[in-house]
Amino acid sequence: MNQRWYEAFRGLTLMMAACMALATLATAATQEPIVLGGECDRTGPTQLVGVNLCHGVLDYVKLVNKKGGVAGRPIKYLEVEHGYEVPRAVEAYETMKGQGAVAMFDYGTPIVYALTPRHMADRIPGITPGFGRADSADGKRFPYIFPLAASYWSQGAAAMKFVLDDWKKAGKQPKDLKLAYVFYDNPAGREPIPTLERLAKQESFQLRTFAVPPPGLEMSAAALDIARRYRADWVIAHLFGRSPSVSIKELNKVGYPLNRVISLVWGAAEVDIDAAGWDIAQGYLGMQFAGVGQDFPVIQEIIKMYQEEGQAPPEPLQKVSVYYNRGVFNAALMVEAVRLALEKFGEPITGEKVRQGFESIQDFTLGGVVPPMAVTDEDHEGGGWVRIYQVKDRKWVPVTDWFTGYREVVWELVKEAAAKGE
Amino acid sequence: MIYRECGVFKTSYAADMALYRAPLAKVAVAAVAVFCVVVVPLGSNDHLLSLANLVGIAVVGAIGLNILTGFTGQISIGHGAFMAVGGYTAAILSARYGMPFWVGLIAGGALAAVVGTFFGIPSLRIKGLYLAIATLAAQFIIEWAINHITWISGGVQSTIYVPKPSLGGVLLNSERKKYYMILVVAALSYVFAMNLVRSRVGRAFMAIRDRDVAAEIIGVDIFAYKLLAFAISSFYAGVAGALFTYYLEIANYEQFTITVSVQYLAMIIIGGLGSVLGSVFGAIFITLLPIVLRWVVEGAWGLFAPPTSAMLDVLANLRLIVFGGLVIFFLILEPDGLYRLWRHVKDYFRVWPFAY
Repeated sequence: MNQRWYEAFRGLTLMMAACMALATLATAATQEPIVLGGECDRTGPTQLVGVNLCHGVLDYVKLVNKKGGVAGRPIKYLEVEHGYEVPRAVEAYETMKGQGAVAMFDYGTPIVYALTPRHMADRIPGITPGFGRADSADGKRFPYIFPLAASYWSQGAAAMKFVLDDWKKAGKQPKDLKLAYVFYDNPAGREPIPTLERLAKQESFQLRTFAVPPPGLEMSAAALDIARRYRADWVIAHLFGRSPSVSIKELNKVGYPLNRVISLVWGAAEVDIDAAGWDIAQGYLGMQFAGVGQDFPVIQEIIKMYQEEGQAPPEPLQKVSVYYNRGVFNAALMVEAVRLALEKFGEPITGEKVRQGFESIQDFTLGGVVPPMAVTDEDHEGGGWVRIYQVKDRKWVPVTDWFTGYREVVWELVKEAAAKGE
Repeated sequence: MIYRECGVFKTSYAADMALYRAPLAKVAVAAVAVFCVVVVPLGSNDHLLSLANLVGIAVVGAIGLNILTGFTGQISIGHGAFMAVGGYTAAILSARYGMPFWVGLIAGGALAAVVGTFFGIPSLRIKGLYLAIATLAAQFIIEWAINHITWISGGVQSTIYVPKPSLGGVLLNSERKKYYMILVVAALSYVFAMNLVRSRVGRAFMAIRDRDVAAEIIGVDIFAYKLLAFAISSFYAGVAGALFTYYLEIANYEQFTITVSVQYLAMIIIGGLGSVLGSVFGAIFITLLPIVLRWVVEGAWGLFAPPTSAMLDVLANLRLIVFGGLVIFFLILEPDGLYRLWRHVKDYFRVWPFAY
């Protein structure tokens, strides 16, 4: 009798132990997700960018989760649409903060400005690739803001390096170079001017600026001025929205060779060339801070992920890879920072740790989507890397490798801005 | 004793002009005050407080525009620009000269009043749509000036980081502390406006709105009062802009574009032209509706499926459609705005349950 009671008791204990083990296993599999936040603009003035870029972010996060998340924990990405309005972006930030986001992607220049003090106060890192002020590359002054991509100052400097290298290669003197800078007349459009002015003095070339008043749809006079009166040798264009396509058409109309026009990052997407016409835009040069096209392992993995679900890859991936890949770039860097933070400092994950995770990003190129950047506690821009692409046939084709230009001039400006403190 | 009056039984001018028309009003005001001072800040997290703060700033701006457009009948599409004047004035004073925030608020309002009065001069000759275009010019001129005059903008980026506001040694560094800052300013704005519209000045404004020629004949100095309306309205705009700047801790002209001007017009039209309380309703409606719609639409969708990018596109646009639809719905339901709707509700309950 006793024996039987003992047997029953042992069986029960074993069963309970098994149950408990199973339960622990189950909790290990469904661990608390790591929350990342991001705003998006699926309606509003830059909606054309938003619908494509945010798709890339969502797909990359999905891919990471499918592969088991980060250190066994899934990523929960919270996208909040703000329609490019500052009050709604403030609410979006507070929503993401309330849900425990440890890093956020801020979308839109005015939004980046409005949220910068919040990131600093709440110690939650915010990434702002392609938006925001160039001087936020200063990690000492803005410890929680990470531009990650080349700022407008760096873009201007890199464009100048590309132009001057080409000019010198042709055996000409820099002082004979006539450069035209055509820009959308808003703060973002004007931002590269200090860099260009300083370089014009340093390298002694001629610089003239041509402002295009918003909404930037009327450029025939400016194009005529650039091509016929000023007779520019090179044009650097910094335009947004519809205006890049208008500039391509107008410059083409006055007979200006488009392989002497280089656009900064917001005028160099497939959608811009679609609007201008691929036949017209042959030779047009565009600057990128993320790789373009589908020939990257990570993009192929996303395509495979869709195929396994029996779906075609999404339209943004196929047709607007410039913006889609920038979305992948944003998501990948956030996830990498979280991974580094967990690897170095372990649980529990906090914004502070993720900040240090960002500051140790190095040699993370994702097969070419991300430049060979090295983020440090001083340089939150990671070096200001860009790559130039050119319109050939019906594609953007790279014409340079990743490069940077005149870093000392850019950092001089960053330090001056920090000293001014506004 | 608490009771409701059931008709108009005023026997003196003083009674007609009284701020509290019935004893119940005092109780109601006290209840709202307790709600705003105690319940909201203690019962909400940062997220809800940020909404309250955004509404508070919009309330100040909307009351200001309503004084000009609703009470005096002068349309202005330059309200956002006047807010920008206040915002940048405050930013420059605080960031460059180390002034405390209350100086920035008042100075921002004052300079906006000066600029607003200047751009109000065309109102002496032109009215209606023509005036709207003249104030539209103000929007563009001010935006251009802020962007291109380096001394104002502080450089090509046209943004100025503003130090955290502080009062009497207390740094206003949290949503909750900023909530009190905004609440005090909004309450002062509301009380001043309520008193303004029942004063001689307010009645002069309304006389001009209803028929300017008649107003002139009965002795209202149109020249002075139109400009005064612009000055007061722009002062409010300037204070709202300065408040927004201190709230965000940065001045940036893209916070004050023409879209903002149009949104403020939408606020007072939906809230109720010529009503101070209506401005508050409108500010709440326009600020919160897109946000609440997001909660509703995405929450409802989230019950069925996790959001994918394609669905988020649809939802974002759906929200715009619903927003537009609701605005039209409310305007058709009650062209005089949410304030009139509120009055209907009040009138119904005033005689309830003995309606006849």
